[in-house]
Amino acid sequence: MSLRIVVCVKYVPDATGDRHFADDLTVDRDDVDGLLSELDEYAVEQALQIAEDADDAEVTVLTVGPEDAKDALRKALSMGADKAVHVEDDDLHGTDALGTSLVLAKAIEKTGYDLVIAGMASTDGTMGVLPALLAERLGVPQVTLLSEVAVEDGKVTGRRDGDTASEQLEASLPAVVSVTDQSGEARYPSFKGIMAAKKKPVESLDLSDLDIEAEEVGLGGAWTAVDSATERPARTAGTIVKDEGEGGRQLAEFLASQKFI
Amino acid sequence: MAEVLVYVDHVDGAVRKPTLELLTLARRIGEPVAVALGAGAADTAAQLAEHGAVRVLTADAPEFAEYLVVPKVDALQAAHEAVSPAAVLVPSSAEGKEIAARLAVRIGSGIITDAVDLEAGDEGPVATQSVFAASFTTKSRVSKGTPVITVKPNSAAVEAAPAAGAVEALSVSFSEKATGTRIVSRTPRESTGRPELTEAAIVVSGGRGVNGAENFAVIEALADSLGAAVGASRAAVDAGWYPHTNQVGQTGKSVSPQLYIASGISGAIQHRAGMQTSKTIVAINKDAEAPIFELVDYGVVGDLFDVVPQLTEEVKTRKG
Repeated sequence: MSLRIVVCVKYVPDATGDRHFADDLTVDRDDVDGLLSELDEYAVEQALQIAEDADDAEVTVLTVGPEDAKDALRKALSMGADKAVHVEDDDLHGTDALGTSLVLAKAIEKTGYDLVIAGMASTDGTMGVLPALLAERLGVPQVTLLSEVAVEDGKVTGRRDGDTASEQLEASLPAVVSVTDQSGEARYPSFKGIMAAKKKPVESLDLSDLDIEAEEVGLGGAWTAVDSATERPARTAGTIVKDEGEGGRQLAEFLASQKFI
Repeated sequence: MAEVLVYVDHVDGAVRKPTLELLTLARRIGEPVAVALGAGAADTAAQLAEHGAVRVLTADAPEFAEYLVVPKVDALQAAHEAVSPAAVLVPSSAEGKEIAARLAVRIGSGIITDAVDLEAGDEGPVATQSVFAASFTTKSRVSKGTPVITVKPNSAAVEAAPAAGAVEALSVSFSEKATGTRIVSRTPRESTGRPELTEAAIVVSGGRGVNGAENFAVIEALADSLGAAVGASRAAVDAGWYPHTNQVGQTGKSVSPQLYIASGISGAIQHRAGMQTSKTIVAINKDAEAPIFELVDYGVVGDLFDVVPQLTEEVKTRKG
């Protein structure tokens, strides 16, 4: 039977752009270019590698987001994913991590899955909790923050590098996996891949397709509330000296004046 | 007074510093009740009591070490039921965030991660977060359920605040899911003898300009003279010069030390995201136009192989 892999991806504002908040304190997605979150490219890559090693596999990329989020799906399709699912609904605006995990979990169940793969975190929210939330909601093992991952005989194995130890993990499918940026460089889409992606199916779902009430998600349904967002004041300009042979000693003098030595 | 659950990060009974910082923050909201799990759990009590824990709930079982995350979620959920706290605080480690997230789903609560400050508010605890590569500061609340909040290291001072710290056994029955992900083997990281990167008061980092794994000895020598942790930029890690566990930046560790010294690091957004909230920033770079100089309190334009060894010598001399 075919191995069904669902990769969760996020369309994020470009981290090198000038990111801001909108008036309702949600992330402003209009004034900054968006793209597939870089850390999700690693998830797409590992999904494709696992699929290539399997006899028969299908890779579906899934995202929740506005119309523009299709760009993220197209990128993943051009890398080689087979099909895409886009959950899009005006009532989703302002949904927090718990709400997003609810929507993703329902969409994953509707799509059907043996393996869910996600990146380690998004590059905008950077919470890094989605994979754990999905595992909890789907009721399947979480095998997360892997630098190495393999799927064989209905099992997923991988290496998780933590602060104090490196762990070898093992779980039976179905499971939720997340991979780090150490898992292996993501491939670039080929020209052929980009052309092929245009013909690949993108299924659109809204909240009613997933039996989710509008009150459960969106800004109003969020489990958290942002009261204020303040731009960090620019750091006051510091002293900059050119090393004329005394740079190290001058720096030591500064550190001593600040009581660091 | 309401009680606040504090999840304890410890290694065989030795409490890690971020947990002691959490106790400081917890006391602003209520009376801290600590939850310590796994081998050595009961040994944490004295340290926790000294920093304000009124009670220490402990549980030990093989499951905590043999299976990933979920057994700890089961235990924290049991503690939540037993205590009915005003908030649950968890250190913002990778595992801490996963435990907190799953607990939040189970108890129907909102979650805030990576807080850098916490204060009591009329509508519950208010968490300060630093977002978009530290270019914005937000204040947020959990609006549904018991607030579950993870807090980054170095967010508060460790304070002595002696309390009873009475040890109580926490009764935990593991869920069916607890044994889903088996930890087949565990290889402890070799200790470098240097402070933990995220907890260190001083961090000395090297980047592309270090130009080779062997040259990191220069960075390490400066770090050791200052009693600092060693960090590395993504460029240095991707080049294989230094381990990923030392990477500072968006895809590595986020640090907020008293002093951050960047050597041979240009200061791309990906790096700034991980160090911009450092109190004092110092940089050494050949390129006077490097963006890192926009952040510094003191910068030296020059060759790090001249400046850093001279600085190291001077630090040693001054420290006698």
